[in-house]
Amino acid sequence: MSRTPSDRNSKSAIGKTAVSRRTLMQAGLGVTAAGLLLRETALPAFAANYPALGTFPAGTSGSSIFIGGVMPLTGPYSSSGKDMQLGFELAVDHLNNGSRVTDAIPTLKKGKGVLGQKIQSQVADSETKPDVAIQAATRFIHDNNAIMLTGGISSAVSIAMQKLGQREHVIYMVGNSGSNDTTGKDCQRYGFRAQPSAYMAAKALAPVLAKELGKNLKAAYLVPDYTYGHSVYDSMKEFTEQVGWKTVGEQLAPLGTTDFSSYLLNIANSGADVFLNVAFGADAVTSTKQAQQFGILSKMKYVVPNISQFQAKELGADIMGGTYGTQAWWWTEEDKFPLAKFFVEDFEKKNSYKPRWGASEIYIQMLVWADAVERAGTFYPVEVIKALESGHKVNSIYGEVYYRAGDHQMVRPVPVVVGKKPNEMKGPEDFYRIVDLVPGEQVLPPLGQTGCKMPDIGA
Amino acid sequence: MPTLPQFLSQAFNGIALGSLLALIASGLSIILGTLGVLNFAHGAMFMLGAYAGFVVLSHFDSFALALALGALMLLLVGFATERGLIRFYYRRPPEDQILVTFGLGIMMVEAVRYIFGPLSQRVPLPSWGQGIVDFGFFLYPLYRVEVIGFVAVLLLGFYILLYRTRIGLVVRAGIEDPLMVELLGTHVRRMFLVVFCMGSMAAGIAGVVYAPLAAVIPNMGESFLVQCFVVVVIGGLGSFPGAVVGGIIVGEILSVTTLFDPAYAQAAIYAVMTLVLIVRPRGLFGTMGRL
Repeated sequence: MSRTPSDRNSKSAIGKTAVSRRTLMQAGLGVTAAGLLLRETALPAFAANYPALGTFPAGTSGSSIFIGGVMPLTGPYSSSGKDMQLGFELAVDHLNNGSRVTDAIPTLKKGKGVLGQKIQSQVADSETKPDVAIQAATRFIHDNNAIMLTGGISSAVSIAMQKLGQREHVIYMVGNSGSNDTTGKDCQRYGFRAQPSAYMAAKALAPVLAKELGKNLKAAYLVPDYTYGHSVYDSMKEFTEQVGWKTVGEQLAPLGTTDFSSYLLNIANSGADVFLNVAFGADAVTSTKQAQQFGILSKMKYVVPNISQFQAKELGADIMGGTYGTQAWWWTEEDKFPLAKFFVEDFEKKNSYKPRWGASEIYIQMLVWADAVERAGTFYPVEVIKALESGHKVNSIYGEVYYRAGDHQMVRPVPVVVGKKPNEMKGPEDFYRIVDLVPGEQVLPPLGQTGCKMPDIGA
Repeated sequence: MPTLPQFLSQAFNGIALGSLLALIASGLSIILGTLGVLNFAHGAMFMLGAYAGFVVLSHFDSFALALALGALMLLLVGFATERGLIRFYYRRPPEDQILVTFGLGIMMVEAVRYIFGPLSQRVPLPSWGQGIVDFGFFLYPLYRVEVIGFVAVLLLGFYILLYRTRIGLVVRAGIEDPLMVELLGTHVRRMFLVVFCMGSMAAGIAGVVYAPLAAVIPNMGESFLVQCFVVVVIGGLGSFPGAVVGGIIVGEILSVTTLFDPAYAQAAIYAVMTLVLIVRPRGLFGTMGRL
């Protein structure tokens, strides 16, 4: 083949100016080896060692970091949402400025934000609706580069936000959520849940019910027709039938129902000995009020498997007295855990009432997350998730807690409570007596049973 | 298969539920029929009535006073709303009217939330309403039975007002043909004001009556508003008898469906509404061509 002048020129040009392939490969190997070495021995402050993922490092390269909270400030769960907002704000304050609670946790003693960066926060209204919550959370991610998201009370909202966190690679610390699916079939690598699942609450509650109310009773349920309601019904049915109870009715009502008369009439006619009300928030208040008017509360025992934060305050001790149930936390636990006492005092000083479990759950998760970030030495989500999954125990307002790696369920005590009658109350907010504080390990579902298949970390 | 006692108890409950819906919906229907305005703030007015009842009952023990003051307050709210806002929108397209009443409704809800907070308020049952009636094969709260009676009286009063008084004649004529009524020399705008106030009062009184039965929270009116629209569609836009019959029908559907599958009770009313729209789009008592 004859050579044209251009061929000759280009060939010689390549030979003169280009680096030989061998040199290139040697250099490349050298750089890669240096990079790997550097990464293994990386100093914590070197964010540049971690690849970009989600809102990292865009959200952490400034002087402060942003955490977005999406909570129901309107809708049937709005009373709990306000409580959660106040707990969230207290957590931000304590992490930024120090407090007696953060002083007791070794990694958080500095009290100057997280990894030296102060937290900026904002709360958006989820309206107790998943689609609205997703819009608000997406805005937090895209407009504010939120490094962490939290909030949510309705399990439908929490599950939707978990999926968003997984998709966008932003960690989501679930505010409140009782559905089994949150750490079950809808579990996500980027989501972590603190509240006892319906399974845990039911397993803790059933033995107390058997002892205090009796075995072999007939039970009728009022169930809100969404994931949380179904979870609680399924779990309660499972554990009460183990003590001989018979389920004689399940009335499904949509979330946000204002008139339960038709459902309650069927329950009144069911011949049950026990009425179990799974409705939550404003629905719990309405349905209980109406149940009393239909005479159900005077002829049946009343059980609320998961008591809403302000149920006793809104209904009064004359109705809730003698009612058995569980709550994720009740403020009288301060007698057992000194850190809880500091939390209650600081909260009450700021907000003039004793915090409920909307506030305590989000508070404890903020601190556990901050501790994990400090231990990881970075905001890089993969490292923070590993730190959260490590099983490291944090001494907190609930005592020692940790997350189970397999399903991201927090292992923490489950309080079983009974309502106090008006003459038993020692103060205006002394609504419940803690009957049993069941250790989390005793009531966790076996991992194989949860249905959780943890997705990839996506890095 | 539900038993006869179960069926009868739900049928009775349907009348109780339905009568309340009929009262709220008749207010909505006459406003729609006369003014042609779809009042999306109607649910908020119902809620304002409930809160008015709460405020009065927390200071005085008289339910009659709560009703009177609640009605008066909603009369004033209706007056202010119509004069201050709605009357500028009569000539505007329906979308504008919907938007303005919808926005007004949101403002009312948020104002109440700001003043009273998100926790639900407790309105106690009046002393003459406590207790249970034994119908033999089912028990029913006394207060709800009394509500049926009370609403029946109110609806009768409404009927007399609309069909036996001069102003009622003018209102009904205005529903039929507002232009003609104006051409005949009647001050139609003043009639609009009267109708809007009547409608608001109906919603407000229903709110006071309902307050002891449910949790009084700022958005308690939302679900009622939606159900009322279904009632109005089924009964016929602008028709008072349609609102009453439609209300009873919707109440019965909501109650009786729970005997078969409680989860479908709420969906069933929309299914029936769709059926009515297909078979008789003007509604059971509506007139062809009106709205």
